[in-house]
Amino acid sequence: MVIVEPCPLSLAGVTSRAAVPALIRSGDPLKTLGLLAHHQPPCSFMFYGQPPLENISLTEFEAFAVDRLKLLKSVETLGVRHVKTTEDYKKKLETESKNLNFPYRPPSQTDQRKPQIGLSEHEKRRKDHISHFILRLAYCQTEDLRRWFIQQEVDLFRYRFNELEAKQKLEFLHKNNLQYNTISAEEKMSLQEKLINSSYNVSGITVKDQDFYKVPFQDALDLVRTRKVYLKAGYVYIPHQDIVAIVINDFRTRLSKALALAARSLPAVHSDERLQPLLNHLSHAYVGQDYSVQKNVGKISLEQIDSLSVKSFPLCMRQLHQALRENHHLRHGGRMQYGLFLKGIGLSLEQALQFWRLEFIRGKVDADKFDKAYTYGIRHMFGKEGKRADYTPYSCMKVILSNLPSQGDHHGCPFRHSDPELLKQKLQVYKVSPSGISQILELVKGMHYQLACQKYFELTHNVEDANFSLNHPNQYFVESQKALGGGGGGGGGGGGKDIKREMGTPQRSRENSAVRGSTAAPEAAASASRDLAEIPEDLDSYFQDA
Amino acid sequence: MPSSDYDSACLPDLLPLYYRRLFPFSQYYRWLNYGGVQKNYFQNREFSFTLKDDIYVRYQSFSTQSELEKEMQKMNPYKIDIGAVYTHRPSQHNTVKSGSFQALEKELVFDIDMTDYDDVRSCCSAADICSKCWPLMTIAVRVLDRALREDFGFHHLLWVYSGRRGVHCWVCDEAARKLSVTARSAVAEYLSLVKGGDEMVKKVVLTDPLHPFITESLKVVEKYFPQYALQDQEILSRKESINKVLALVPEDILFARNELLRDFQNERHPEKRWELVNDQASRKQSTAKKGHYFEKEIMLQYCYPRLDVNVSKGVNHLLKSPFSVHPKTGRISVPMDLKELDSFDPSAVPTISLICEELDRPRTGEEELEDVKENEKDATERRKIRDYKRTSLAKYVKLFDRFVDGLASSWKGELLRKSDLEKEF
Repeated sequence: MVIVEPCPLSLAGVTSRAAVPALIRSGDPLKTLGLLAHHQPPCSFMFYGQPPLENISLTEFEAFAVDRLKLLKSVETLGVRHVKTTEDYKKKLETESKNLNFPYRPPSQTDQRKPQIGLSEHEKRRKDHISHFILRLAYCQTEDLRRWFIQQEVDLFRYRFNELEAKQKLEFLHKNNLQYNTISAEEKMSLQEKLINSSYNVSGITVKDQDFYKVPFQDALDLVRTRKVYLKAGYVYIPHQDIVAIVINDFRTRLSKALALAARSLPAVHSDERLQPLLNHLSHAYVGQDYSVQKNVGKISLEQIDSLSVKSFPLCMRQLHQALRENHHLRHGGRMQYGLFLKGIGLSLEQALQFWRLEFIRGKVDADKFDKAYTYGIRHMFGKEGKRADYTPYSCMKVILSNLPSQGDHHGCPFRHSDPELLKQKLQVYKVSPSGISQILELVKGMHYQLACQKYFELTHNVEDANFSLNHPNQYFVESQKALGGGGGGGGGGGGKDIKREMGTPQRSRENSAVRGSTAAPEAAASASRDLAEIPEDLDSYFQDA
Repeated sequence: MPSSDYDSACLPDLLPLYYRRLFPFSQYYRWLNYGGVQKNYFQNREFSFTLKDDIYVRYQSFSTQSELEKEMQKMNPYKIDIGAVYTHRPSQHNTVKSGSFQALEKELVFDIDMTDYDDVRSCCSAADICSKCWPLMTIAVRVLDRALREDFGFHHLLWVYSGRRGVHCWVCDEAARKLSVTARSAVAEYLSLVKGGDEMVKKVVLTDPLHPFITESLKVVEKYFPQYALQDQEILSRKESINKVLALVPEDILFARNELLRDFQNERHPEKRWELVNDQASRKQSTAKKGHYFEKEIMLQYCYPRLDVNVSKGVNHLLKSPFSVHPKTGRISVPMDLKELDSFDPSAVPTISLICEELDRPRTGEEELEDVKENEKDATERRKIRDYKRTSLAKYVKLFDRFVDGLASSWKGELLRKSDLEKEF
């Protein structure tokens, strides 16, 4: 693939070579990235074994990449809101794919006869193919980006593979040289009971009727992890219906290796001044705002944290704050999640050191031990130690999915990682109405943790319908400050309450809220002051809890 | 008790003696060199030392056994940690281009720490252990050892007492050392049944059908449960602990909780009380469409091994080395003999002060005789062997020796295959 300046181009790729001399010389950086190959778009999509080789304009380059990013972000959102095997999930993903002009289902015989609307199947595949490889470049740079990209691509792949007809699946396995050993009928009989007890939807009859594949456990990690397969002496026994698991495992491994390889060749790509800003822009888009840019450093004083934790912290952070005040200690996972959040709302490094130190030395840690054991970690968070990466506050997705809390931990998402009974009690203590609590618990039951948190926001801020989509604890904080009229993170601040909060930069919405503040409905203002009045009471109640 | 002799103030005086005369360097090197099958396997291994005043020195590496010996005798580390095998020598990690210095391999490791059981043991908390809670570690070793061998097919498992309040497992099979981060976390999650932090009361939830792994693990737990939980921990004897147990009975059979509370008033014997719980559970199973295994869930929540998944997951995660000293207790981190696991007593593990003292005792005639027999060996090497054999460390070094012998049989085959290949060319 050769990239040219934005100018009209035929897809066949007549390039103005003079415009891109650096890319065409031998030692072409894109070639070293594995982006070049000798074929037209592959006839079967999905494994992305061969990179595209054709000319493409910068405009198209960007448009394709942005569309795929949109697709992957929908994959992420849908994956949180729905169970991945439900019809709902499939249908919505199909719609998304259609809208963004991506292939969603390999054409069966009947489809091929139908007249095409919009892009042809071939063009869709070409787009799918090219856009995948562009995002590889944008998402190979850091561990975090790679993890996110792999996860979304794997989910997309799973969806597409599951949509294949049985015959197409076999064909796919055959084409990609994926062959697995089946076990004999005798072996099957001798293991029957164990196979039934370890695989879903397998009964005595189905054991007899279907093939079981015996593969090293490393090839089916997702099944091993969730204990959905029989494992003996290092081998898993996979019923044919679950074969998608091995294929996905393979896909994940290949992609992960390819990204590692791409990362090594990145300096070559970065030397191209047209590509670098584009790729950086793409990779920054994945979580929306990352809240690592500190706009409000120093605007919050340590004395405000107690009251802010009650007013404006999401439940996860309120829980961590409370645990910290009670135990004068938090374990590593909690320090990371809470520490980065505090950094995101505007604590400076000096404030953070003071904050943690004051609390820890009230417990078992003396000042000397604190300086030795914890200072480094806090400086690390602020990018002052180790590899000097400026760590970004955790998003909801990260809090929900990675580093699950275990004994002694208080981090994680309270909606995901609490007993419903405890959650209920906690919400009662926090004065959420019984009907509100049951709405929240209903959402939790449906695994809609972020929606549950958003509902909690609405109930505690007295807004009917929060018109943002919550995906970050720091976003919660910013929105809460806005709703309470305090601006995007600055402390105190008067003004009435703005019910119609604005999406967009905190700067602009602050201005808006100032204007709207005066016109806010009187009852909203009243409820805001009621919120404030409740603070001391709430603080009391959690000291009583201890 | 030997530990009463240990005073952490003496550690700086004892460590030089320990590293000069007692630390089993040759076995240690033989282990981590893995027969030299892979080039630079030992040389690219990270060691990390904790020195006096908690000074932490990472990225140490050594090219030979004697360099390792000299360096340890010079630095006298309070604690030794073992890290991963890297692409380059860790000691030179600053000289290679950033990004290309990567952790490649490490043993698959497990860390089980008694502090993670604080919500289910009544005798001690935090770093303290006693004979009433130690069975938790015994159960953990039994459950994990079985699963790692039978389910995952690993053979070379080194179980080590951490020196204070827990145990470590080093899975040394080649396949285990090569596992990716994803694979390690999958293994750790397969092995984890107790989930959730302090915000979760019920930490074990079983669903139908019971996976063979759970069935097998339950067999182990059931064996220890009556003595450990009912007798030693008395979980069904006092009111608060009874309430804690009954809180794990599922909500939809609240009446069962009340019935049990009523029945307990007439029945004081803990094992009989447990039978009552079992009765309720089986009644529930026969009426409900879906099996509720709450009695099993209770047993697992109280006894099932609690892993620190993060330790197992990372390839580059450091773990305290076998034969390192625990600076607080002075106990040596020694290998555990699974044949005598049930009688393993952490308080009987030798401390550094004990074994150093044993060195000073006058020698017996028998030992003199042995000296003559081993005359042909290199003089310093001979002295070192003679030294540790005179202390209570001997049986643990022997155990370690046997473990490395087992490992050696695996790399001998590999070396043979390699040399055959070379001959063909």
